[in-house]
Amino acid sequence: MKVNGADRPAPADPRRLLSDHLRHDLGLTGTHVGCEHGVCGCCTVLLDGAPVRSCLMLAVQAEGHHITTIEGLAAKGSPLHPVQQAFHETHGLQCGFCTPGFVMSVVGLLARNPNPTAEEIDEGISGNLCRCTGYASIRRAVQRAAELSRQ
Amino acid sequence: MKPPPFQYHAPATVEEACALLQSLDDAKVLAGGQSLMPLLNFRLARPAHLVDINRIVGFDRIYERDGGVAVQALARQAAVEDSEVVARVCPLLRDAVRLVAHRVIRNRGTVCGSLAHADPASELPAVLLALGGSVVVVSSRGGRVISVANLFTGVFETSLEPDELLAEAWFPASPPQSAIYEESRRHGDFALAGVVRAGDRLALFGVAPTPVLADPSDPARGLQPSGDLEATPEFRVHLLRALAARAFAA
Repeated sequence: MKVNGADRPAPADPRRLLSDHLRHDLGLTGTHVGCEHGVCGCCTVLLDGAPVRSCLMLAVQAEGHHITTIEGLAAKGSPLHPVQQAFHETHGLQCGFCTPGFVMSVVGLLARNPNPTAEEIDEGISGNLCRCTGYASIRRAVQRAAELSRQ
Repeated sequence: MKPPPFQYHAPATVEEACALLQSLDDAKVLAGGQSLMPLLNFRLARPAHLVDINRIVGFDRIYERDGGVAVQALARQAAVEDSEVVARVCPLLRDAVRLVAHRVIRNRGTVCGSLAHADPASELPAVLLALGGSVVVVSSRGGRVISVANLFTGVFETSLEPDELLAEAWFPASPPQSAIYEESRRHGDFALAGVVRAGDRLALFGVAPTPVLADPSDPARGLQPSGDLEATPEFRVHLLRALAARAFAA
């Protein structure tokens, strides 16, 4: 499988979840693990460009596919990805635990729909839980990310 | 490791998958995994074998058949949601899929998987019932068509045999007067109660062990929905009456 553009081995044990493989075997701890049953959205990564729950996939299932994690959005030292920049500018995060999942979901949302309405934004982030912000600043972050992505 | 131990199989063809299902004891088919993986992570399901059908190429078609739309086993819910054929032939199915969880789940989850899982609160089994559709199941013994009337047998239970694979679902074209309404605590949650209208047929979900057909003029007749922390039986009856009235108001 390719993870953030680099070839990576699959785990030996088919029981290994993709989320655990990314974190424990590959050291990519930006992908967070919350509920581990698909509800919280913290572990969202891109599978061939589309956001999916990495806790609901076996790592062996990613063989032959491209995985993008939060670490893959912007190289070290280079400018942030527009969605990351937008979350930064609008205070779209507080504790930050849910943030990688939100960012990956929003990357997927804007790839399909570069100009989402307020309702489409709510729908787009409805699969991610945040216990700090009350979502208002996250909604602003998505709007700002759409603006930055258009520039 | 969160999931319990299992033997993993990734067949490359439908025939291989059927051969595995026939020869293995206690095997479970893994398609989108959006219901099965949580059950494994919680260790509520402990199958000895997982038969992962995701490596089967060309098993994800969505196409017109017999005046309806056929959806193969690996067609993701997101693909059905975006399908031009589904929008044209069976817009009710598209509307229903949009109520299934969230887009990120639908990117992976499959329509056929939702039918095989047979969650009583799930939208898609009720849509199949309202439309009077069917499924094609295959096994090493051959194939057969199961009409929806004979498909759902209980909570999370279908009439599929252990060696059978749900290969395709067939949804008849939705009549002009079709609608799906549900009430849930939050967008994307499982419904407390829901109704599907297809012409003059009404199917209910979330209020019985399986989706059920009901009389539009008295939708709650004979029903005894269960109660839980989210809704009392009385509230569920209230909801389905209100939702059915809304569906038939147009």
